[in-house]
Amino acid sequence: MTETINVSINGTTYSHEVEPRLLLIHYLREVVGLTGPHIGCETSLCGACTVELNGKAIKSCSIFAIQCDGAKILTIEGMAADGKLHKIQEAFWNEHGLQCGFCTPGMIMTTKQILDRNRNPTDQEIRHGLDGNLCRCTGYQHIVNAVRAAARAAGA
Amino acid sequence: MATTTITKTEKLVGKRIRRREDPRLITGTATYVDDIKMPGMLYAAILRSPHAAAKIRSIDISKAKALKGVHAVFVGEDTKNAGAVPCGASLPGLRVPHHNLLAIDRVYLVGHPVAVVVATDRYVARDGAELIEVDYEPEAAVADPEKALAPGAHAVHPQWADNVAFTFHQEGGDVAKAFAEADVIVKQRIVSQRLIPNSMETRGVVADWHAADRSMNLFTSTQAPHLVRSLVAQILGLEENRFRVVAPEVGGGFGAKIQTYAEEILLAWISMKLQKPVKWIESRRENFLCTIHGRGHVDFYEIAAKRDGTITGIKLKIIQDLGAYFTVLTPAIPTLSVLMMPGLYRTPNIQADIVGAFTNCTPTDAYRGAGRPEATHGIERMVDMVAAELKMDPAEIRLKNFVRNEEFPFPTATGLVYDSGDYSAPLKKAMEMAGYDQLRKEQVEARKQGKLMGIGLCAYGEICAFGPSPATPAGGWESATVKIEPSGQVTVLTGISPHGQGEETTFAQITGDELGVGIDDVLVLHGDTSLVPYGIGTFGSRSTAVGGTALYYALQDLKAKVKKFGAMLLESEDVTLANGQCTDNKTGKSVGFKEIAAAAYRAMKLPPNTEPGLLATHFWEPPNFTFPFGAHLVVTDVDRDTGNVSIRRYIAIDDCGNILNPLIVDGQVHGGVAQGIGQALWEQAVYDDNGQLVTGEFMDYTMPRAHMMPWIESGHTVTPTPVNPLGVKGVGEAGTIGASPAVVNSVVDALSPLGVKHLDMPLTPEKLWKLISAGSNA
Repeated sequence: MTETINVSINGTTYSHEVEPRLLLIHYLREVVGLTGPHIGCETSLCGACTVELNGKAIKSCSIFAIQCDGAKILTIEGMAADGKLHKIQEAFWNEHGLQCGFCTPGMIMTTKQILDRNRNPTDQEIRHGLDGNLCRCTGYQHIVNAVRAAARAAGA
Repeated sequence: MATTTITKTEKLVGKRIRRREDPRLITGTATYVDDIKMPGMLYAAILRSPHAAAKIRSIDISKAKALKGVHAVFVGEDTKNAGAVPCGASLPGLRVPHHNLLAIDRVYLVGHPVAVVVATDRYVARDGAELIEVDYEPEAAVADPEKALAPGAHAVHPQWADNVAFTFHQEGGDVAKAFAEADVIVKQRIVSQRLIPNSMETRGVVADWHAADRSMNLFTSTQAPHLVRSLVAQILGLEENRFRVVAPEVGGGFGAKIQTYAEEILLAWISMKLQKPVKWIESRRENFLCTIHGRGHVDFYEIAAKRDGTITGIKLKIIQDLGAYFTVLTPAIPTLSVLMMPGLYRTPNIQADIVGAFTNCTPTDAYRGAGRPEATHGIERMVDMVAAELKMDPAEIRLKNFVRNEEFPFPTATGLVYDSGDYSAPLKKAMEMAGYDQLRKEQVEARKQGKLMGIGLCAYGEICAFGPSPATPAGGWESATVKIEPSGQVTVLTGISPHGQGEETTFAQITGDELGVGIDDVLVLHGDTSLVPYGIGTFGSRSTAVGGTALYYALQDLKAKVKKFGAMLLESEDVTLANGQCTDNKTGKSVGFKEIAAAAYRAMKLPPNTEPGLLATHFWEPPNFTFPFGAHLVVTDVDRDTGNVSIRRYIAIDDCGNILNPLIVDGQVHGGVAQGIGQALWEQAVYDDNGQLVTGEFMDYTMPRAHMMPWIESGHTVTPTPVNPLGVKGVGEAGTIGASPAVVNSVVDALSPLGVKHLDMPLTPEKLWKLISAGSNA
């Protein structure tokens, strides 16, 4: 049994037949071919699969693709525009906000939400905002620096 | 950013240069194993034992086989001749259990692979695994290493009457005399609990067999691709020169991806059997159960000291929880603890015993630090306890016992030779940054008000840059190949296999400086056995110290050849290579790097006794390990009402020798400290008495999150090593090794007014609250 869904992802509209049980993360990775969002736990605890759904950061392992029929989705692949990195991506690069890079797409999408909600967050607000995303490499310090730098760059 | 200009204007080594590997990672375009897709690729799912110890009466795979989309189901009988999981470590009298790829007749840990289902997609493969019916006859299990060694304990492996896998004894100096003449002897049982490495990317494998030319492509999330190739090819009886292993983008390892695992052998075997590419991606639950764990020590320490604080002897008995079987280094890890048991101190008399205990648990193996965090935690706790006994300041006793600067190279009682150091410098620097004397005054005031404020120190040393080959199971050298292309651009092939450590950048810095070219002209490649001649891999803080040195020497050879071509073109005998050109030292005339490269390949004319082309390979064998060191200082406040530990200040001063890229070194320290704080305060693999892993998901296993981490104030002292020409010692594990004792010493100091002398990790709020509430005397 399959159902048809129509989804706009990074500005492109897709129409696919999907099984009702197909998770959004598997739909993005296996069906659409966007492998930027990663699978770290499949239980909504690590945040590596974070994407933006209708303007809000969500964990795409915790929602079915059919629930996203008609939705607008932004993934890490849609962050850079016209060959130019997004300011958040630049900030992660400049501040060494990543090491193995596996959590990074989720971290960047979460950072976008943090800054969408609060243009000038304190360190405590940044850390609170990042709490749904696990990183095992960085100890978070350079990620916090990256979010702060991205906030500065957006304000400039 | 592509560039065709070979230029070089400034020194690259030592600069905070942002990483060259990042653009693909921040745009989501990097390729990890699970991103690989091949035409006709099948997916494997593994059914694993829910019991820690059980006989298998029968397995019924008929329903799984009948499921639409399932191509094959394999059980232990099918794979029994395919080989076994390899162990590379050897110790006298070691009992090595034969670990089949899939269980035969019995299982001996939760997560033991029992059957594998191969299907058209990952959902169907998992559906198939659920349809397999296994009839188990559960037995009593043993999940605690001390209980495993008790008389009458359930034998994990029925062929052996008890659970002793090996014993190990080492002595240095005259420990009996030291203890007989001691003014004070302090004894303590110290636990370094089992931890779960939890790289954010789980393991995963894609195997792709081509029967026509007998070739295998194996993509696997590993830290040691050549080691995987050699072992899996040998186990399956395949030709090594037709066996390609690729470590694509690897999402963290922390030691847990050094091993060659059952799934790497199994997937290759399946691909051959089915003549199709096959993918297996480990679930997080499987990662908790089936990828190695770390630590798992119960240590019994005795320290002999003089009244003035001189430490004269150390006795240590280690009970190592090995788990149910061995992965590549399992039994060797506690021997590293023995090597480093004196820490940074001069102590000439030591005695160590290890008992390796089988348990019905996941194997332990190298997790960030691998044996050295346990040793450092032990000695640094004990030194604090001796100081308390003698009413000395913990800084004073450390300064008194440090190996002195004039004593390097320093032979230790455990048989090592410490390379270089200024051990008091990081401690003094940390104390100065913290305002140590003022903090102690503040603590007196805080205590008067009933506040629980602690100041903790740790002075750590570690053994890195593994290592001289005789001291390793599979060779400890490293290789580098450098090619200058006809365009003048430079390609580096390294035998290390970085997965976050940033060597694509630091190695480009070294190369740029040596050849006099810009960083954008250098590309560093790694992790593909068909590209790189051979390599040992990335672990044990060895990549830059050993792999970087191999690169340095390859560059010296290549530089000499470039200069020969330059001299020929300039018709000179005395030239300098710098800033993207070769210059005649007499006339000042120069020729560009690009022209030299072109001439070396065009070969219209060759310098005397010189081949065309510009390529050099160097295999470097290190003459010794390196020994980085440092000091961490931690100020904590413990909340009486909740037992929660707040880290007010975290100061980490690390001496890793020369620093190639301070940005990357800071990142390594931060990440290491996070894992050490994780161990000190929250993380623990908990098994119940039946051998069930209670902390088997992120929901139950407390990984540090952003709000839990303090701000880390990092600093450095720089003592280059004489072991390699770069003067680098290694930094990957430093933070982890320094952090756990510094935090625990701080919390014990905070609770010392309650009579607390020692606490075992993790120092959870629950544990501390109970203690505080009881008014305690731990």
